[in-house]
Amino acid sequence: MSSTHAAVDRSNFLEIKGLQKEYVPGNPILKGIDINISEPGIVAIIGPSGTGKSTLLRCINRLIDPTAGAILFDNADLSQAKGGELRKLRRQVGMVFQEYNLVERLTVIENVLTGRLGYMSAWQAWRRKFSQEDINGAFELLEAVGLSEHANKRADSLSGGQRQRVGIARAVMQNPRVLLADEPTSSLDPKTAVEIMELLERFSEEKNIPALVNIHDVKLASRFAKRMIGMSNGVVVYDGSPEGITDEHLKQIYGGESWLD
Amino acid sequence: MAGLSTSKEYENPFKRNWVSTGIWALVGVYLVYSFNAMGLTWDRFSQGLGHADKLLGRMFPPNFDRWELLLSGLAESLEIAVIASVSGIVLSLFFGLFAARNLMPNWVSVPMRGFIALCRTFHPVIIAILFVKSVGFGALAGILTLIVASIGFIAKLFAEAIEEISLKQVEAIRATGAGFVSVILFSVMPQVFSRFIGFSVYQLDSNLRNSTMVGIVGAGGLGGTLFSAFQRFDYDFVAAILITIIALIMLGEFLSNIVRNIFR
Repeated sequence: MSSTHAAVDRSNFLEIKGLQKEYVPGNPILKGIDINISEPGIVAIIGPSGTGKSTLLRCINRLIDPTAGAILFDNADLSQAKGGELRKLRRQVGMVFQEYNLVERLTVIENVLTGRLGYMSAWQAWRRKFSQEDINGAFELLEAVGLSEHANKRADSLSGGQRQRVGIARAVMQNPRVLLADEPTSSLDPKTAVEIMELLERFSEEKNIPALVNIHDVKLASRFAKRMIGMSNGVVVYDGSPEGITDEHLKQIYGGESWLD
Repeated sequence: MAGLSTSKEYENPFKRNWVSTGIWALVGVYLVYSFNAMGLTWDRFSQGLGHADKLLGRMFPPNFDRWELLLSGLAESLEIAVIASVSGIVLSLFFGLFAARNLMPNWVSVPMRGFIALCRTFHPVIIAILFVKSVGFGALAGILTLIVASIGFIAKLFAEAIEEISLKQVEAIRATGAGFVSVILFSVMPQVFSRFIGFSVYQLDSNLRNSTMVGIVGAGGLGGTLFSAFQRFDYDFVAAILITIIALIMLGEFLSNIVRNIFR
């Protein structure tokens, strides 16, 4: 499963052009974002709360509809896709949520299997007719995230770190070509946060796919990221290597300086 | 507080609310007026008690001689209740989904809520009379009546249960690229299914009770037998029918407890 897309030409793999989003007309939260993702690995998006990082990720898999701009995903415009076409694109984008968003009354393994729903018809879903391959894959993924013994527990009986592992397994189960993670570590303690980032890094390397990670913790971000994108007030103010980011940049992104070491 | 001289008089913080006092007074006046208008006096009540005594005397011992008639009525009531509950529950599943404002656009949910409200508007007796007049005497009218009653109850509560779910779980399943039906099956239903079962079991219970009632207006079941026994003053047979109904309801209660335990 891991190398199915390895041969694809990745230039212009995910290209965001002039992306704008207004929840209230005349009050844009994203003011023209241009990002081109062509390399695998973790891309950390940093910036203060309310600056549109979540909105940006949600626009990429269209949980939120952008107001203007284009999102070219493997040369198909995601921002214009509808219905079945949208769902086909969406299933190639795995999403990890800040508060895990597991379906609490389903078991852990069932939650992982829901990652395959985008590949199934409603009739198959109704009969819970997951293919044997998917079922094997789900158990293997659960093993890979270290939760084999919890497979048949209900999702709401797990701890936060364990739930996020399930959330990642569910996203990877989609066999995605890009991973999106919306503040995946901010509900977790520092040690667990590092483990979650390691897991994201590992899957992004194994699958050879990019992982866009919204993150508050600048140190944690620069430890894992191959590329950092700094956002402030709905625009990109830094885009480059984690080493290149300076206190000046951070001041520009977050404002003030009392929080810097 | 005698002996304490205060330089300032404080007002009681609990002020009389004249509006609510007025409403209470109005309710009291209307209650007295209603008693008079109905001619309810103690004499009337004691006279009534004498009649009740006579009725009870004629009801005992209950007469189970016509048990075949009783059983066929009972079977029909049970069939009406089961058919109406199953159809009503299945329809409510869909109607409730369509009525949920957090999942459906207004042009779907508003008419659906209107329809469900309409189902709740009339008491089952009135609906039963309407159906008897439109589709004729017999079990069909009873079944239709109870289906309408079931939709009015389950679909409404089910829609409200759906409106209380966590949308985070829904968002996550939508993000996997799942289609609308799969999103419902895997993120909405797990959150509301046990409540839906609860409503359904309650409705089955209530349909069992109501299935013995619809017969009184000619819509089939044990109620018809009961009504004609009343009219022929066969009070001992009436007692037998009432005991049978009690047994049926107890059985329903017992079964619904089992179902609730399974789906907890």
